[in-house]
Amino acid sequence: MKIAVLIKQVPDSWAEKKMGSDGLLDRAGVDAVLNDNDEYAIETALQLVEARAAGDTVTAISMGPERTTDAIRKALSMGVDGAVHICDDALAGSDALATSKVLAAAISQGEFDLVLCGMEATDSRMGVIPAMVSERLDWPQLTFASEVVIQDSTIHITRSTESGVDRMNAQLPAVVSVVEKIFEPRYPSFKGIMAAKKKEIAMKSLSDLGLTPMDAWTKVLTSTPKPPKAAGVKIVDDGSGGEKLVAFLKERKLI
Amino acid sequence: MSQIFILLEGDELSSAGAELAIFGSRAGSVTAVICSNNPEALVASAATLPVERVIVLTGIDFAKSSLRSVSSVLAELVKRDSPAALLVASSARGKEIAARVAVRTESGIVTDAIDVNAALEATQSIFGGSYTVSSRVTHGTSIVTMRSHCVEVTTTTSSPAVEYFDGAGYVDTQVTITSSEPAQKSARPSLAEASIVVSGGRGTDGKFELIEEFADLIGAAVGASRPVIDSGWYPHAYQVGQTGKTVSPQCYIACGISGAIQHKAGMQTAKTIIAINKDPEAPFFEIADFGIVGDLFTVLQSAIAALK
Ligand SMILES: Cc1cc2nc3c(=O)[nH]c(=O)nc-3n(C[C@H](O)[C@H](O)[C@H](O)COP(=O)(O)OP(=O)(O)OC[C@H]3O[C@@H](n4cnc5c(N)ncnc54)[C@H](O)[C@@H]3O)c2cc1C
Ligand SMILES: Nc1ncnc2c1ncn2[C@@H]1O[C@H](COP(=O)(O)O)[C@@H](O)[C@H]1O
Repeated sequence: MKIAVLIKQVPDSWAEKKMGSDGLLDRAGVDAVLNDNDEYAIETALQLVEARAAGDTVTAISMGPERTTDAIRKALSMGVDGAVHICDDALAGSDALATSKVLAAAISQGEFDLVLCGMEATDSRMGVIPAMVSERLDWPQLTFASEVVIQDSTIHITRSTESGVDRMNAQLPAVVSVVEKIFEPRYPSFKGIMAAKKKEIAMKSLSDLGLTPMDAWTKVLTSTPKPPKAAGVKIVDDGSGGEKLVAFLKERKLI
Repeated sequence: MSQIFILLEGDELSSAGAELAIFGSRAGSVTAVICSNNPEALVASAATLPVERVIVLTGIDFAKSSLRSVSSVLAELVKRDSPAALLVASSARGKEIAARVAVRTESGIVTDAIDVNAALEATQSIFGGSYTVSSRVTHGTSIVTMRSHCVEVTTTTSSPAVEYFDGAGYVDTQVTITSSEPAQKSARPSLAEASIVVSGGRGTDGKFELIEEFADLIGAAVGASRPVIDSGWYPHAYQVGQTGKTVSPQCYIACGISGAIQHKAGMQTAKTIIAINKDPEAPFFEIADFGIVGDLFTVLQSAIAALK
């Protein structure tokens, strides 16, 4: 089985994020890491090929600027076999529609049976790329999976969202996103880190994918930092804290 | 006047669905597309909202067919009527439906908006509430997914024209749903719908009885921080934060939660924030409108007594 895992490099979630004057995230100013939701997708891929039948491979696919290589190396050191890195200056400022088009084109160039994604990138927090990629490839969409089982050419998942829990299946190839309770991601071993240095990352430009530059279909009009919050009331509980809490809720007409 | 589509799903009107009608009516004449196996209740509810037309989808068993069925018909209707905007609730499902419609109709998309004005400029609160961004779609229909609790719903009387659209030809055959358990309807409101959320963190040591009792007395939902979930003290569906749910209630009450950036990412847009923590230096106090330095169990116990 040939699995593609879509991974994104994002600003470290511990860092304060800032907007640049162009209305885009100022990526230069913060540490960048592999989107932690994507580690669950990588782990799922690795577990699905654990037995390693002949021809089983896991390929990471990522679109992003040059330094995305760091996130890709992390995936390789976890055990992913190889990677495709789509890097092109014309992609700066891409929206989800452009990103999904590029990713779908890259997937079409391989012969994949399965595409695994994280449920959400922690910077955009859109959670739409897996659905868009599925729509573009016209492959079944099985997203928010907390369980994945493959039997012959059928893939079964348990979808866990706020609406409830659904069990569903489809024929491969399919696009699957996983939630974080699926598996605990492994840490790269020393051996894995050394091995990752020798693995191949195929660099691709837009024209390598047969695409031309695309405009974003959304425009940021203004972006304003939140004014610092006026300090609230802080009391030390002297036995009346509970009463004061109830009084506060009443005063604000919350109860 | 421009046409605004909204998507209503389920067996009854949700607060999120009602809000879509209010937002939509600011920008034009609202058409509610209704996807339900029992559409009568939603059709009746639409007549209490500023809705001028409803399109009831028929020919699809919504309990058994994947969200691709809905996105395919919706895309067809958008192509047919070219509305100025399509507003959908910002749930995982809503965002995925909207995403697929965006691809099919070559339209731009904005997700998790907290406001949208008459010019279809959408407001988002990003990076855990540290920035407010206004943006608009520049191509195709403006597809915007809206968070709930962002606008007050005042009911009116309207008499929407009712149309039916046969969706049988759009039923998804790629995905088979073998079983479906809707999220349990408990007496307690859900995290998405509640106007008050009471959350417990590691400081609860897994003891949620007082949190639940207090929440029930004030009609609140219960939430939790990640260590609570990781320790198996509370089910995953209740986790608030970057890797859990994002909530924006009227009021968020954090009990024994330190206020890490990843937790705040899921609740910082709450209108009023209350923190109870025994550590006076806990970062939560920096964003709290009302902070109580003290033991959460003592404070909750006396609050419960005061309410009774
Ligand atoms: C990539 C990533 C994603 C994450 N995603 C999330 C997420 O989605 N949601 C989330 O919540 N976290 C998330 N985290 C974890 C986050 O960084 C914090 O570790 C977590 O939020 C801390 O939870 P806590 O405040 O309950 O625990 P702690 O930080 O241990 O705080 C416990 C607090 O309780 C107080 N306390 C203890 N006993 C009492 C008492 N009796 N009465 C009153 N106060 C008491 C203490 O003073 C302390 O402030 C994520 C972390 C990472 C790295
Ligand atoms: N630029 C990208 N390159 C590769 N994969 C991506 C990219 N952006 C998003 N993804 C994938 O899509 C998922 C959801 O992202 P999003 O829709 O942006 O929240 C992520 O967890 C990744 O698996």
